Amino acid sequence: MQWTRKDLLSIYDLSAEEITCILDTAEKFKEVSERRVKKVPALRGMTVVNFFVEPSTRTRVSFELAEQRLSADVVNMQAQASSLLKGETLLDTVKNIEALQVDLVVMRHSAPGAQNFIAKHLNCGVVNAGDGAHEHPTQALLDLFTIREKKGGFKGLNVTILGDILHSRVARSNIWGLLKLGANVTLAGPSTLVPREFEEIGCRVCHNLKDAVKDADVVNLLRIQHERQTVGFFPSTGEYSSWFGIKGATMDLMKKDVLIMHPGPINRDVELASEVADGSNSVILEQVTNGLAVRMAVLFLIAGVQK
Amino acid sequence: MKDMILKNARVIDPARGIDSVGDIAISNGVIVETSQVRDAEVIDLTGKIVSPGFIDVHVHLRQPGNTAAETVATGTMAAAAGGFTSIVAMPNTTPAADNAGAIELLKRTALEQGVVRVLACGNMTKGGKGEEMAGIGSLKAAGVVALSDDGKCIQDHALMRHVVEYAKSFDLPILDHCEEKTLAAGGVMHEGKWSVLLGINGISSASEELMVARNIILARQIDWKIHMQHISAAESVELLRRARKAGIKVTGEATPHHITLTDQCIKKFDTNYKMNPPLRSEADRLAVIEGLADGTLTAIATDHAPHTQTAKMVEFDHAPFGIIGLETAFPLCFTELVTKGVLTIPQLIEKFTTGPADILGMKDYSLAPGNAADIAVIDPEAKWTIDKNEFYSKARNTPFDGFEVQGRVIMTVVGGKVVFRR
Repeated sequence: MQWTRKDLLSIYDLSAEEITCILDTAEKFKEVSERRVKKVPALRGMTVVNFFVEPSTRTRVSFELAEQRLSADVVNMQAQASSLLKGETLLDTVKNIEALQVDLVVMRHSAPGAQNFIAKHLNCGVVNAGDGAHEHPTQALLDLFTIREKKGGFKGLNVTILGDILHSRVARSNIWGLLKLGANVTLAGPSTLVPREFEEIGCRVCHNLKDAVKDADVVNLLRIQHERQTVGFFPSTGEYSSWFGIKGATMDLMKKDVLIMHPGPINRDVELASEVADGSNSVILEQVTNGLAVRMAVLFLIAGVQK
Repeated sequence: MKDMILKNARVIDPARGIDSVGDIAISNGVIVETSQVRDAEVIDLTGKIVSPGFIDVHVHLRQPGNTAAETVATGTMAAAAGGFTSIVAMPNTTPAADNAGAIELLKRTALEQGVVRVLACGNMTKGGKGEEMAGIGSLKAAGVVALSDDGKCIQDHALMRHVVEYAKSFDLPILDHCEEKTLAAGGVMHEGKWSVLLGINGISSASEELMVARNIILARQIDWKIHMQHISAAESVELLRRARKAGIKVTGEATPHHITLTDQCIKKFDTNYKMNPPLRSEADRLAVIEGLADGTLTAIATDHAPHTQTAKMVEFDHAPFGIIGLETAFPLCFTELVTKGVLTIPQLIEKFTTGPADILGMKDYSLAPGNAADIAVIDPEAKWTIDKNEFYSKARNTPFDGFEVQGRVIMTVVGGKVVFRR
């Protein structure tokens, strides 16, 4: 298919065909990453600004490497949403970036929909690197890429996403992607963190760990943030861990070939015991490797439709 | 001022149960018998409706404090264009209208620059902060018609109780924005399917329901009037329905946006869909309409909340709550309620006239001879497209730009003076 979008804002917007197009393109770039010379000239002469209005290390580094391997010129910008609020508006800031003849803006922001908002007002391409609890499309694409690589496809595949679904952009992007590609999606965790409303779009919602994982082909774990405990979503990370953490013993309940995934950073021994994180079912570091290929693919496709 | 006769109009006057073709005569700013006018200007209104002027019990004029968004002059002109002849100005200006001086300033500004009647509303608490009772007696003396901390809600139930008790002794109704804070904390849209899908912090319906219930309990105990502003949740309507059946002095208003839009609209992250209370689910929308249909909700109010374009051109999380509504209220409600058969035209006009008049304790709000000539003239057949660039309001923060509607205010008369004519 011909890629036509100037922005990548959400998985919700994409068709199954578009998702598959990105994954297919990423396969080619994965092969590039395995060469001794890892650089291709696809984005030579183009400028990409990584604009992160929320702290990030791994996503930013992954994007930056992807951009460099595509031979783009790269500028990193960091800001705090609060300081933006006090002075210049977000729109003015990105308009100023665009005025420097930038081709692509990769943006992370704490407010859901911030990228949708600015993309409407910019001519250059916008890639969403995470907007609040809304979406994190490239993370979902790298998860999908990893699943497809290991399991061959999505039709009828049972995927369980376990943890703080309510606050997770990774979960939302994964949910849309998996549903569009034909997987069965189970969302699991305590009911304070797993809203029932997801049933309305075809997910199974489950509050019992055993039920959630026993038929799963893939278990994707989400980071449990300590600060959620202080506002009363659960009593303690210890209690969370004992009811919903994946431990060595949990593996006995699961399919032998289950994939254990995690977008990172891991809270070791909270949502995931070290023995599982480092065990043979875990593909956590492969996800990171695949992230590079997927981001190269996204940047390549998006860059191709810029004027 | 020349005498005037509005001729051959369909006169709808809910307070007197009148709905018939006839003439309305005006002399010296007052409605008179047709035989009493001399050398009158005759306006033929065949096919048009003449109604008492509309009353909006919920308007933000932003003066003083945010005159970049709206002023008394522009806000009252927008009101006139919407058929409103009296509007209640909410006290959450900067500084707040929590003292007699602020009320006197507003009244003077309104007399000098206002196009329609501006009825003052004072704060219940100092600065609208919900901590200490405002000088309610001096607010009364300065001429307020009601009390409200709109935009905020007194969280301290004992303080609320005392405010209602004290207001009763001054014959002032309470207009309350019902919102329990902890269940709304950090929320910017309705908590439900769409907040979950979009990852946006939600405002639970329970936040409104709790305070509606609290107010019903206090109104019963104190036997005084509490009006619930902008009812948005289905269960709030049901609570009000039962309370009113039990004879408790509570009333409620619906806004045009809560009966026409739902939370699904927010999926494009357009901040013109951000207001508080938020757009709720389809079931809530239908329940509010049902509340209007069965008389549980007796008034339509706009919650006209102007903001500058700069303020709204930001991330959804960071945008201020509120949309404007004075110039779109009647056509939107006509289209949603009358053309769809929910209300008859006279019933709709009640929600804009006698309903709000009763909430404010205004007696005999009608077109009876002897009353001030406050009149709205409506073309019920006009089909038109809302264009925000034609607004008289200074603000443009509306989600209704481009909407196809039916029913249009074509003339507004305040005290016998034609203040708007299309």
